[in-house]
Amino acid sequence: MKYHEEIKTAFRNSIPVMMGYLVLGFAFGLLMASNHHAWYWTAIMSLFIYAGALQFAAVGFFSAKLGLIDIAIASFFINVRQSFYGLSLLRRFADTGWLKPYLIHALTDETYALLTGIKTDEALSQKHYALFLSAFNQSYWVIGSISGALFGAAVQFDTRGVAFSLTALFTVLAIEQYKIARRITPFVIGAVASVIALMLLGSSMLLGAILLSLVILFGLRSQIEDRVGTGENHGE
Amino acid sequence: MESSYLLTAILVMVAVNYLTRALPFLFYRGGSLPAPVRFLERYFPPVIMTILIFYSLKDTDFQSAPYGAAELSGVALTVALHLLLNNYLLSIFGATLFYMGWVQGWFA
Repeated sequence: MKYHEEIKTAFRNSIPVMMGYLVLGFAFGLLMASNHHAWYWTAIMSLFIYAGALQFAAVGFFSAKLGLIDIAIASFFINVRQSFYGLSLLRRFADTGWLKPYLIHALTDETYALLTGIKTDEALSQKHYALFLSAFNQSYWVIGSISGALFGAAVQFDTRGVAFSLTALFTVLAIEQYKIARRITPFVIGAVASVIALMLLGSSMLLGAILLSLVILFGLRSQIEDRVGTGENHGE
Repeated sequence: MESSYLLTAILVMVAVNYLTRALPFLFYRGGSLPAPVRFLERYFPPVIMTILIFYSLKDTDFQSAPYGAAELSGVALTVALHLLLNNYLLSIFGATLFYMGWVQGWFA
């Protein structure tokens, strides 16, 4: 088979992501089903959006019937971290030709981590390795979420409280962010902005909280950067 | 829920999400990033995750009994599980099951 080695290596390296995407995707599908969305909406989202935090947040957007502009701005800020992944892959994706649009589409946190974190045999076709790795990962997400949506629609059970998986996911992601940033100030800023926005805007607090947090973050920029110390060089 | 709303909402998310992933390929031409962008890169992700936690709890009533006790316990359990076991699937599913049990009265 053509690209046999690339497929084998990509599959082996994708195994750690398999469990996570299958299970988390399943939870997403279940959440969609518990909100009475047909399974194909779950499938469309997992195929074409393919972003965990945003898809979970979207379930909330739908039930609030959030406006399209609000959705656009919130989506941008929820996923703006992904804009920084491409920076370290510019050279690597440079000669990928017609595969490039898909490789960019499939650039999730986990795929980025695997692409940049694992060295592969130089004899492999790097662009096909990247393609298969990306496709394996997305297939886990798609299979997991469709299974969850079908299961949730077919099996009648009390789904009250399933939506807490959203809160738990964001909490876990926040802890992981703390391990990277090692600073408490951004979390305090996020919390303060959220509480103020909740008091002023109630349930439609998302956009207000994001904008307010940006104002506070940049307002405190000199203090935040000062306290990082001088020893740190964050350049390329 | 009407399909036209869902469809347009999903299309917006598809476009914006793709844009966030494609931005560097569209605009970045080498060299170091402007300082405000590097600042955002470093400190905004924890801010947005914190906001999303609050957003996911936006309909919880903290003003009257039981003052969001189930939600706060659920978050505390998520943190505890994650710090102890460092397995995000266990943290998410353990806490969700606990929360479902609480609001459905399994422990009553």
